[in-house]
Amino acid sequence: MSLRIVVTVKYVPDATGDRHFADDLTVDRDDVDGLLSELDEYAVEQALQIAEDADDAEVTVLTVGPEDAKDALRKALSMGADKAIHVEDEDLHGTDAIGTSLVLAKAVEKAGYDLVISGMASTDGTMGVVPALLAERLGVPQVTLLSEVSVEDGTVKGRRDGDAASEQLEASLPAVVSVTDQSGEARYPSFKGIMAAKKKPVESWDLSDLDIDAEEVGLDGAYTKVDSATERPARTAGTIVKDEGEGGKQLAEFLAGQKFI
Amino acid sequence: MAEVLVYVDHVDGAVRKPTLELLTLARRIGEPVAVALGNGAADTAAALAEHGAVKVLTHDASEYAEYLVVPKVDALQAAYEAVSPAAVLVPSSAEGKEIAARLALRIGSGIITDAVDLEAGDEGPVATQSVFAAAFTTKSRVIKGTPVITVKPNSAAVEAAPAAGAVEALNVTFSEKATGTKITGRTPRESTGRPELTEAAIVVSGGRGVNGAENFAIIEALADSLGAAVGASRAAVDAGWYPHTNQVGQTGKSVSPQLYIASGISGAIQHRAGMQTSKTIVAINKDPEAPIFDLVDYGVVGDLFDVVPQLTEEVKTRKG
Ligand SMILES: Cc1cc2nc3c(=O)[nH]c(=O)nc-3n(C[C@H](O)[C@H](O)[C@H](O)COP(=O)(O)OP(=O)(O)OC[C@H]3O[C@@H](n4cnc5c(N)ncnc54)[C@H](O)[C@@H]3O)c2cc1C
Ligand SMILES: Nc1ncnc2c1ncn2[C@@H]1O[C@H](COP(=O)(O)O)[C@@H](O)[C@H]1O
Repeated sequence: MSLRIVVTVKYVPDATGDRHFADDLTVDRDDVDGLLSELDEYAVEQALQIAEDADDAEVTVLTVGPEDAKDALRKALSMGADKAIHVEDEDLHGTDAIGTSLVLAKAVEKAGYDLVISGMASTDGTMGVVPALLAERLGVPQVTLLSEVSVEDGTVKGRRDGDAASEQLEASLPAVVSVTDQSGEARYPSFKGIMAAKKKPVESWDLSDLDIDAEEVGLDGAYTKVDSATERPARTAGTIVKDEGEGGKQLAEFLAGQKFI
Repeated sequence: MAEVLVYVDHVDGAVRKPTLELLTLARRIGEPVAVALGNGAADTAAALAEHGAVKVLTHDASEYAEYLVVPKVDALQAAYEAVSPAAVLVPSSAEGKEIAARLALRIGSGIITDAVDLEAGDEGPVATQSVFAAAFTTKSRVIKGTPVITVKPNSAAVEAAPAAGAVEALNVTFSEKATGTKITGRTPRESTGRPELTEAAIVVSGGRGVNGAENFAIIEALADSLGAAVGASRAAVDAGWYPHTNQVGQTGKSVSPQLYIASGISGAIQHRAGMQTSKTIVAINKDPEAPIFDLVDYGVVGDLFDVVPQLTEEVKTRKG
């Protein structure tokens, strides 16, 4: 039987752009170019490797996001994913992590899955909680933050490098996995891959396709509220000296003045 | 006064510093009730009591060490149901965030992660977060259910505030899902004898400019002269010169020390994300155009192989 892998990918504002908030205190997605979150490229990569090692596998990439989020799906398809699902709905604007996990869970169930692979965190929200939430909602094991992952005979194994220890994990499929940026470089799309991606199917679903009420998601359905967002004041310009042979000593003098020595 | 549940991060009974900081924040909102799980749980009580815990709920079972995350969620939920707290605070470690998120979902609450400050507000606790690589500061609230908030290390001072700290056994029934992900092996991290990166008052970091694993000895020597932790940029980690546990930045550790010294690091946005909120920032880089100089209080344009050893010597001389 075919191994059905669903990769959750997020379309995010470019971190090197001038990211800011919109008037309603949601992340502004209009003024900064968006892209497939770099950390989700690692998830796509591991999905492709697992699929290549399996006898028969299918990789579906799934995103919840605005119209432009199709770009993220295209990128993943050109890396080698087989098909894509785009959940898009006006009422999704402002959805928080709890709501996003609901939409992803319903979409993953509708798509059918043996393995869900997520990134370690989105580069805009950086919460790193959606994979755990997804596992809780789906009622399947969470095997998260892996720097190494493999699938064999219906079992997923991996290594999780934590603060206090490095752990070997194991769970039966179906399961939700997330991988870190230590899991191995993501491939670049080849020219052939980019051309092939244009012909790959991208399905579009809205909230009604997933039996989700508008009140459960979006800004109104959110469980958290941002009251204010203030730009951090630029740091006051510091002293910069050129080393003419005494740079280390000058630095020590500064540190002593600040009572660090 | 309302009770506030505080999840205890400890290693075999030794309470880690971020939990003591959480107790300081919890006391702003109510009376801290601590939850300590696993091996040595009861040994945490003295330290927790000294820092304000009115009660310490403890439970030990082999499941905590044998299965990932879910047993701890089951226990925290049991504590939540026993106490009916006004808020639940959890240290913002990778595991802490996962435990907190699953609890929030189960109890129908919202979750805020990576708070750097917490205050009582008219409509519940107000969390301060540092977002977009610390370019913005936001204030947020949980508006549904009991606020579940994870807090980053170094967000508050550890304060002594003796309280009863009465130890009570927590009743936990593990859910069917608790044994879903088996931990089949564990290699504890070796201690370097240096301070914890996220807890250190001073961090000395090296980047691609350090140019080789063996050269990190220069960075370590400076760190040791100052009693500092050692950090590294992702470029240095990817090159295999220093362990990933020491990476500072978006996909490594966030640090917010009194003093951060960057050597041979350019200051890419993803690196800044993990160190921008440091109180005093110092950089040594041979490129005067390196973006790290936009952040510094004091910068030296020069070769780190000259500047760093000279600095180390001078620190040693001055310290005597
Ligand atoms: C999704 C994502 C996540 C990331 N996460 C992180 C992260 O967590 N942490 C992180 O650090 N990066 C992260 N990065 C990578 C980041 O973009 C940069 O590539 C990285 O920080 C560069 O490291 P560096 O400053 O050491 O190297 P470089 O940018 O190559 O800079 C080296 C610097 O050393 C200087 N130098 C060289 N020789 C000397 C010398 N002898 N004396 C003095 N100065 C010298 C050079 O002038 C240069 O400025 C991430 C990137 C992405 C896309
Ligand atoms: N809107 C979304 N669409 C698809 N996947 C998402 C979305 N938001 C989060 N994810 C997935 O969840 C991971 C963690 O996200 P977060 O918890 O927001 O940091 C990401 O790396 C993605 O794999």
